Amino acid sequence: MMRKVLVTLAILGFALALLPLAYRAGVQDRPGALAAGYLDDAPRELGAANVVTAIVVSYRGFDTLGEVAVLFAATAGVGAMLTKKRLGPDAASGRGTPATEVLRTATGLLTGLLVMFGVYIFTHGHLTPGGGFQGGVVIATAILLNLMSRPESRLSHGLMTGIESLSGAAYVALGLLGAIFALGFLDPRILPIGRVGSLLSAGSVPLIYSVIGLKVGAELSGILEALKGDRE
Amino acid sequence: MATDIAILAAGILMIAAGVGAVLAKSLLVSIILSGGVSLVASAVFLLMGAPDVAMAEAAIGSGLTMVVFLYALARSKQADAEDSDERVESPASETGGAV
Repeated sequence: MMRKVLVTLAILGFALALLPLAYRAGVQDRPGALAAGYLDDAPRELGAANVVTAIVVSYRGFDTLGEVAVLFAATAGVGAMLTKKRLGPDAASGRGTPATEVLRTATGLLTGLLVMFGVYIFTHGHLTPGGGFQGGVVIATAILLNLMSRPESRLSHGLMTGIESLSGAAYVALGLLGAIFALGFLDPRILPIGRVGSLLSAGSVPLIYSVIGLKVGAELSGILEALKGDRE
Repeated sequence: MATDIAILAAGILMIAAGVGAVLAKSLLVSIILSGGVSLVASAVFLLMGAPDVAMAEAAIGSGLTMVVFLYALARSKQADAEDSDERVESPASETGGAV
């Protein structure tokens, strides 16, 4: 009884503390000084039509590098914990319910479209909403459909590790090139900025987001493969 | 104004789904409801004009997280079955030895 009262009081206090935030939430008519600065500068300095991408990849690019590192650590942790020893009886004997006709047919139709859509999302990250993380997750969804429709199939672990390490190294290399040839680490102006709104614009932003997309896609596919169970 | 009302309705839906996820007896229902919270949250992000965040929330929060939880649930059920098999088998062999 006492515990329930205390928990209720704690939740009420938390809600009260967050109430001022709720009053100011919603759509802002006029952006603040910082936001206005980014809105003006991003298309002019970097040639990025999508300001969010300019902030994520360039102005706050170092934070994104940290995020990718966190995701890598999570993948490594899942892979290390779910080893062969922890397999259940079903996975060990290789027996499991086969996928239905609907799932198998839909997977065949959707895989190509999903991979293409994921690649579209991360190569157009500087023009339209979305980017490396979203595109990578869409690609992982295609891998998930294939893992579910053919439970006995395996993802090549070496290939996934290869894609992951290569794209991670390429990301850091692009950042270092920015430090050497432009104004700072992860500065995208090592390539010509181009015209705002065209596919080849915003310097190295599309390249950076593409390697992030490949890395996230490979990492999440690795997590799904590890969770599926019958890993060697 | 219409946006505010939509956001408010979405907030109420999210709270309801969250409370439902906590109170649900079945873990499967809890997982699906928590995925629903993320789905409504991504709609709220879209209403507030943040399509980038909305895409990430819809794909990761309501898609991939749910799949990871479902896999984890299936694996923990497997582990449970394994444990109870061992418990059933070992007393049987002991009585067999005594007789």
